[in-house]
Amino acid sequence: MTGGHVHGGSASPPPGERASSSRLLVTLGGAGAVAGALIVLVFAATSPAIEAHRAERLDNAIREVLREPDRYDTMYVTGARMSGDANPDAERVYLGRDISGRPTGFAIVSGAPGFADMVEVIFGYDPTTKTLLGMKVLESKETPGLGDRIEKDTLWVAQFVGVVSPLDPVKIGRGKGRPTEIDLITGATISSRTVVRIINQALERLGPALESRGGTPP
Amino acid sequence: MRKTTPRQDLIRGVWLENPVLVQALGLCPALAVTNTVANSLAMGFATFFVLLGSSVLISSVRRWVPGEVRISTYILVIATFVSVADMTLAAVVPDIHKALGAFIALIVVNCMILGRQEAFASKNTVARSALDAIGTGTGFLLALVMMGAFREILGAGTFLGFPLFGPGFEPWVILILPPGGFLTLGVILLLLSAFERRRLRRQAANPSPAPMRRAA
Repeated sequence: MTGGHVHGGSASPPPGERASSSRLLVTLGGAGAVAGALIVLVFAATSPAIEAHRAERLDNAIREVLREPDRYDTMYVTGARMSGDANPDAERVYLGRDISGRPTGFAIVSGAPGFADMVEVIFGYDPTTKTLLGMKVLESKETPGLGDRIEKDTLWVAQFVGVVSPLDPVKIGRGKGRPTEIDLITGATISSRTVVRIINQALERLGPALESRGGTPP
Repeated sequence: MRKTTPRQDLIRGVWLENPVLVQALGLCPALAVTNTVANSLAMGFATFFVLLGSSVLISSVRRWVPGEVRISTYILVIATFVSVADMTLAAVVPDIHKALGAFIALIVVNCMILGRQEAFASKNTVARSALDAIGTGTGFLLALVMMGAFREILGAGTFLGFPLFGPGFEPWVILILPPGGFLTLGVILLLLSAFERRRLRRQAANPSPAPMRRAA
């Protein structure tokens, strides 16, 4: 049986004798380099699958918040202009179309810091009536059981269907029945207010571009 | 240090020195992600992988790691394996990865893993460290699945997602919420403690050489 001394390995220096600084540096530096190389390898091996899952989740979410369109086109927004030509610097929105090709609304992805880390949501929006078609949280690390109700509480999520922009966040029971109201979640005020703010900010930023194209078939 | 046989290295972590139920280590994931059996299994296997990988690697380099930087080296090794597990889960089982959220990254600070490195892998051969890690990892997995089964069956009325009871069953929702983790762990520890007391009473006339060690 090897010695059970507190200083680790059986061949480590006896107590009192200190390892030189250079040896400490080499040990930690070497371990760090090996660890970094390993992580890079695994990242390279797994990232195609992770990207594919992300694309699939986005595709499902677009179809969900546009209420199952026949198809959708990716549009690129720069400032107040929108075009169908691919442009890596532009913000992407997704224009849903029904079976006859008429636009049914836009799916918009946007994010902001929530209670814990970034919250990213996707929502469907019809610029002709200024109403939302639906909302889904794509990414969040909000507190399990409280903040994560912004994605798990189906009644809360359902409020975003048919609500009129710009949204008014109200505490439960304080609403006046206006079509723009979203009831906040008790115990998750910050998280639920974040979702409303993300949508309002995205529509403020993209509104002009969306309205320029939303009504007429491009 | 007490002398142990390789067989003891393997089996003691499973039950007699179970990390969660006896040593009360690694309680954060045990309380946080055991609301379903599937989450428990994923967390159990991810931790198992990290523990086994770290133990094997650390015991094989134990002669070259100076005592002054050993803890930093252990954490570096553990964090690397956690990153590997994190990315692998995200690529293979994205839904479970999403459900576990930040708790995968938090395997790094699971004191059960660091504890096995400091107490065992840094002083023993690769083979025995691997046996120790397999035993402890299995014990952790077992404890998590016990908690997950208790919480999912009573809290949601399902097992691995399959409904067990008819529509007349009213789920005890509290059990899948955070307080349910504490209640479940308390109930399981209470039952184990009661069995242990009964066992000790029976053996009172003839004291056994393997008393159950309670750390908390």
